[in-house]
Amino acid sequence: MTGTSPDLTRWSATDLAAALAVGEVSAVEVTRAHLDRIAAVDPEVHAFLHVGADGALAAARAVDDARAAGRPLGPLAGVPVAVKDVVTTQGLPTTAGSRILAGWVPPYDATLVTRLRAGGLVLLGKTNMDEFAMGSSTEHSAYGPTHNPWDLERIPGGSGGGSAAAVAAFEAPLAIGTDTGGSIRQPAAVTGTVGVKPTYGGVSRYGLIALASSLDQAGPCARSVLDAAALHEVIGGHDPRDSTSIDAPAPAAVEAARRADVRGLRIGVVRELGGDGYQAGVRTRFDESVQLLVDAGAEVVEVSCPSFEYALAAYYLILPSEASSNLARFDAMRYGLRVVPDGVDAPTAEQVMAATRDAGFGDEVKRRIILGTYALSSGYYDAYYGQAQKVRTLIARDFEAAFGRVDVLMSPTTPTTAFRLGEKLDDPVAMYLSDVATIPANLAGIPGMSLPAGLADEDGLPVGVQLLAPATHDARLYGVGAALEAMLLERWGGPLLDRAPALPTTAPTREGVA
Amino acid sequence: MTATTSEVLPYEDVVAAYDPVIGLEVHVELSTVTKMFCGCSTVFGAEPNTQVCPVCLGLPGALPVVNAVAVESAVRIGLALDCSIAPWGRFARKNYFYPDMPKNFQTSQYDEPIAVDGHLDVELDDGTVFRVQIERAHMEEDTGKSLHVGGSTGRIHGAEHSLVDYNRAGIPLIEIVTRPVTGAGQRAPEVARAYVGAVRDLLRALGVSDVRMEQGSLRCDANVSLRARTPDGQSAVPLGTRTETKNVNSLRSVERAVRYEMTRQGARLASGATILQETRHWHEDSGTTTSGREKSDADDYRYFPEPDLVPIAPDPAWVATLAQTLPEAPPARRRRLQAAWGLADLQMRDLVYAGATELVEATVAVGASPAAAAKWWSGELARTANAAGVELSSLAITPAQVAQLAGLVESGRVNDTMARQVLKGVLAGEGDPEQVVGARGLELVSDDGALGAAVDRAIAGAPDVAAKIRDGKVSAGGALIGAVMKEMKGQADAARVRELVLARLTSP
Repeated sequence: MTGTSPDLTRWSATDLAAALAVGEVSAVEVTRAHLDRIAAVDPEVHAFLHVGADGALAAARAVDDARAAGRPLGPLAGVPVAVKDVVTTQGLPTTAGSRILAGWVPPYDATLVTRLRAGGLVLLGKTNMDEFAMGSSTEHSAYGPTHNPWDLERIPGGSGGGSAAAVAAFEAPLAIGTDTGGSIRQPAAVTGTVGVKPTYGGVSRYGLIALASSLDQAGPCARSVLDAAALHEVIGGHDPRDSTSIDAPAPAAVEAARRADVRGLRIGVVRELGGDGYQAGVRTRFDESVQLLVDAGAEVVEVSCPSFEYALAAYYLILPSEASSNLARFDAMRYGLRVVPDGVDAPTAEQVMAATRDAGFGDEVKRRIILGTYALSSGYYDAYYGQAQKVRTLIARDFEAAFGRVDVLMSPTTPTTAFRLGEKLDDPVAMYLSDVATIPANLAGIPGMSLPAGLADEDGLPVGVQLLAPATHDARLYGVGAALEAMLLERWGGPLLDRAPALPTTAPTREGVA
Repeated sequence: MTATTSEVLPYEDVVAAYDPVIGLEVHVELSTVTKMFCGCSTVFGAEPNTQVCPVCLGLPGALPVVNAVAVESAVRIGLALDCSIAPWGRFARKNYFYPDMPKNFQTSQYDEPIAVDGHLDVELDDGTVFRVQIERAHMEEDTGKSLHVGGSTGRIHGAEHSLVDYNRAGIPLIEIVTRPVTGAGQRAPEVARAYVGAVRDLLRALGVSDVRMEQGSLRCDANVSLRARTPDGQSAVPLGTRTETKNVNSLRSVERAVRYEMTRQGARLASGATILQETRHWHEDSGTTTSGREKSDADDYRYFPEPDLVPIAPDPAWVATLAQTLPEAPPARRRRLQAAWGLADLQMRDLVYAGATELVEATVAVGASPAAAAKWWSGELARTANAAGVELSSLAITPAQVAQLAGLVESGRVNDTMARQVLKGVLAGEGDPEQVVGARGLELVSDDGALGAAVDRAIAGAPDVAAKIRDGKVSAGGALIGAVMKEMKGQADAARVRELVLARLTSP
């Protein structure tokens, strides 16, 4: 993945941007290359729910024209990007992976999409996901699962499996994900890519179809820390349309990634996020990463966050509660699916709502709506939602105490490498445990990054290491992440994704995508 | 479900046997330029679904942002009701499914309202002051408006289909809730009406709302319950089961609805039946209420703090500034104006009752005498507004036009009868009073030449009457004056005609 490969899809976003800036390649060429790649491999990977080829080429042409006219362009102008289908895109279908929004074309762009377009990035299409971002495998998509490019029989993680797989399969150099409990970081870990969940409020949520409003955060997916940093800077920063948005500019992520220095840095390894229950190969790769940082001059200590034990339980009360309310709007009255119940003469609005929600939502969505409705009910609120909020406070305090001692925290991103499709589909709790290490960051609103730490010895699949920083210190993740990434590149003799097996391809038909 | 006489108990019997307890919830639409959580216009009466955006339509992904002007209005309302202003509070989601609610939850305030524990002193018709305790005032958003087509009642029951207009969805609302009002006894309906009137006056003085009940910018839900009186005349302690009559939309209806509910509940209790806790619909035409939907305290809206909004934390210094700049309280202002205008109590009450205080003030400010301004606004114009079922201030006439009309009467250019016709012309859009006088040819004739000729003709046409007057029977002159007025089509200065008649037939 350097600017020297003849295949433009193997280039990094940073290299593409540099070549585009000097006119070495055109945005149309770069876009065509990626559309061809999608046409060739996506029938097997199924990372995309919708490819907007015409719009992408038109946008690329506009960038080329602007450059030819000498107009000022953003640093990533002309670089393609894939967007998770939970983010609204004017003119491009947006379904959140649900049948209930089949065919819905939003009349407005999410703020982050506005920023992508303004920055000249080329939207390739919308990526697959677990329905309404509920899941850790992308198997809960109403439109069929995405397959892990490392092994098509395995899950690409979730909910943002489509965005991670698109990047890992070289269908897009960059993608947008959203992370409510790990939906950017866990897919990044199991696909050997980089994913960042920014500080809560760091990237506008305006236009993100809400799962759990107090936890959701959009962020970058990429194949390198520097690429993620560049994308983070485009989408981050204050948005007056999101009342929870932090009134500060985007972090200086690129500068931090280029500096990539860990000397004198204090790093904490979280005792509760590791050990028993973590796959041996995951632990080995994690320990290696820790050792590399020590060798590079960082000071590593173990820290304890005792309340993390309750994080998963609290998360599965807060998330369903907020989701049950957020998903109430899907009622067939104004947009999306409308199902008229069978055998009912002149059905009432209420009957149409019920029939539509029954037909339009999948089982996992229904499970969480029921859970959340119950948790918010009068008489149960204090015991469930109220208690969960208290746990949340305790977790935030654990982080506060830990960050009093160290600059950055570290853990494996996930307990295991990618599991097989179908393996955990009938065991929701086993599925929920995939996010046990990523959830605390969402509950506390702090930023987190997953980057590839190597391949597990027992299955040859990617392992992710997670870095966590205090709120608003996202740049610190990029500094440490880039330093660790450089050492790991040396340790593995090149990018991990170079070791991924070649994907079966369908012969590209240019008409098919142009 | 129309009530028959057997379903109600005579009012005197109700108040003899029971002590009424009322609770009033007033919803007021704020007159902000934009909605509570988005930038859409709030102008009333636009084409359906033209004042909407992703936020107030509840489109997937859209997020609310609080309207700062609405918060300021809420704080000022709270302060004017002598409430404490919460230093910190969150919005909450009230979850329930209804087609006119775009998100199927209403963003409201629940256990952290912006204003709590206030009171409002309410003046009854005879000048008695009754203090109503205010429990809370909180901010929320309005819903869309459903239009049920094809039924006979305009309600959803029996309708063929329904249409929803989301222009109203997201309009800022303040809900003002009283504590249970006890001790009003037989005056409970009057207290209810006077309270809503006082709230309306207060909100108008604050300039935070149009307070037009007929347009729904001020709406009242009236809770009524009865509790048995004990033999010693004291009330039993426990409150009775209450009903909530929704959307009572005029001051007069508030009084009538409370009174009706008292008589209906009284009849049920007297016959040994119980009161069902329910919402009830008010019917303006029959003056009755009918059962709406059963409501219980177990209604579960699954409230939880709105995660899409940051808490509201009004700066105490800012609140103090707002407190210092509140307008004069309407009752004090009324007393001041009554003294300045030299009006009798009854005149002032008519004027206030007609909602004419500001209009009279504005009319006096442009030169009319207080008496004339009060006469026109609380007389002819109030009757016109009443007949049309609209607020006085929405009549198509300005204080300046009323002042001009008063000037015409004062200078003797038109008489009272003609002035009323001029008024009709102005209301019909024919222009200022001067223009109407010109166009309709309504000016009094006081020119002696024209009048003298008419008088001569009248005398010639009724020699017998003329003879009587010559014989000193001056009172017979009325017939001659009438004949002249008839010839002049009423547009003669009657006093001058009389002078001319007497001048001709009686010698000095």
